[in-house]
Amino acid sequence: MNNGDLLKAIESEFPGIMDNSSEPHGLLTIEIPKANIIPVINWLKTNEYTNFMFLTDLCGVHYPNDIDKEFAIVYHLHNLEQNVRLRLKTFASRLDLNVPTLCNIYSAANWMERETFDFYGINFEGHPNLIRILNMEDMDYFPMRKEYPMEDDTRTDKDDRFFGRGGNEEVTFDDKKALARKN
Amino acid sequence: MNNIPQNYKSDSMDGELTTLNLGPTHPATHGIFQNVLTMDGERIQSANQTIGYIHRAFEKIAERRPYNQITPLTDRLNYCSSPINNLGWDMTVEKLIGIEVPKRVDYMRVIIMELARISDHLVCNSVIGVDTGALTGFTYIFQERERIYDLFEQVCGARLTTNIGRIGGFERDFNEEFYQKINLFLKEFPKRLLDFENLLCRNRIFMDRVIGVGPISGERALNYGFTGPNLRAAGVDYDVRVLNPYSSYQDFDFCVPVGKSGDTFDRFNVRQEEIHQSLSIIRQALDKMPAGNYHADVPEYYLPAKKDVYRSMEALIYHFKIVMGEMAIPKGEVYFSVEGGNGELGYYLISDGGRTPYRLHFRRPSFIYYQAYPEMIKGSLLSDAILTMSSMNVIAGELDA
Repeated sequence: MNNGDLLKAIESEFPGIMDNSSEPHGLLTIEIPKANIIPVINWLKTNEYTNFMFLTDLCGVHYPNDIDKEFAIVYHLHNLEQNVRLRLKTFASRLDLNVPTLCNIYSAANWMERETFDFYGINFEGHPNLIRILNMEDMDYFPMRKEYPMEDDTRTDKDDRFFGRGGNEEVTFDDKKALARKN
Repeated sequence: MNNIPQNYKSDSMDGELTTLNLGPTHPATHGIFQNVLTMDGERIQSANQTIGYIHRAFEKIAERRPYNQITPLTDRLNYCSSPINNLGWDMTVEKLIGIEVPKRVDYMRVIIMELARISDHLVCNSVIGVDTGALTGFTYIFQERERIYDLFEQVCGARLTTNIGRIGGFERDFNEEFYQKINLFLKEFPKRLLDFENLLCRNRIFMDRVIGVGPISGERALNYGFTGPNLRAAGVDYDVRVLNPYSSYQDFDFCVPVGKSGDTFDRFNVRQEEIHQSLSIIRQALDKMPAGNYHADVPEYYLPAKKDVYRSMEALIYHFKIVMGEMAIPKGEVYFSVEGGNGELGYYLISDGGRTPYRLHFRRPSFIYYQAYPEMIKGSLLSDAILTMSSMNVIAGELDA
């Protein structure tokens, strides 16, 4: 089973639900709307052909500038028999942070979802015990969101410009490398 | 539910349940985390876990650190085998940037990572001995662990939180003293290890204490996301080094030991055999060590030698840029995993082309498999629960992110 076969199999089982697919560094990555994410993963796990029996990882990502797609939840699945990995992504808007839970399919998802809730405030519907796991229970914000800076707000030497962001987006990686060589 | 013995009856006289706090700072938990146990006499009815007492927010900090400054953060995940974390991170960044390292670097990394694995397994197994009441093996084995730390000291100057290796290779080559020490270690250590095994492996008291304690089936273990020795003890032969070889592991000949029942005895034996396999890998790597440089030729990412910085304009510029974190990093998204002391240690890195990761997520094996602990100890005795925990090798640092 290679990435192409896998993509075809998913497409024929769930026609038209894929938002986007790509293969960064050879790992098939598929975007799926959150309403479909649980049926798709359940099919991927129970189906004999795909047989993704192992949940490697689950985590959140915050993209504050992507309106209505501010939060990504990223799932890494692994078929250990055929050694195929798959990355699934689903997006949630900051106005509706409900995402269905994966706990009923993989027990491993329990703490991973608690961690994602703790860091980003994603509300995993149907989770048996969705409470904070690493931070204090009485914490009143979600610290991994981008609006909470690492440093003191008053510092002016640590803003995004000094981390290579903002101002020169059109300069590509190759440009930078060429520039570095020229210098 | 097959963890509950057949003859399980209520242990308490009056049917009253007791609540017992195991931790957060109990010597038998080997780290700061808490279990609130509901006890029926001496049997555990349920356990409620709390972790996060040493939350250090590495993933948040990593979003404001240039790539080379993240290596010291990874030290503190599984601090029993820091070099594996360090080198795993370096390889992740190399995968993102597309750096090819010389074969020699691969072999050097294999040697360091296998040494780290040995020290990790030594701690775990000797502590299992301590928790059954056998302190002697522990006192012997810790002297051997010190010798592994002496080896790390030769390569990076540090012993526990090593910050070993750099993006693109190593900071320095293995020196003469390192080779002397590792050859002596390879000569003397197997005998000590055998002494340790003879003390425990077929010891009636030890076997009675660990066989059938804290078992988990292969199917449950997979469902819970177990990896590493704990998964292999349950009979599933998943090893990242074999399935997705990195750092030239495909060049070496070694076995993946598996257990059968997934209990404490199997976990102990799998780790013990893995130490033998690691020793064999180190021997092979030393024998076949290729000639070449100890780092890749990537001046944009790898610090120039200090003497060049003082003399050459180019070296000075690169030095300044790397120290100030001005490395050119491509946009991209990469998942890379290595076989850590406890299983699949994964790095999920999203780069937006900035000098720091946009998002970095660590897949910490301990964090994922420790959630199975209540299921594994349900219905067992308190003293068995302690053994189950130490044989799972739950490292407090690796529960955090």
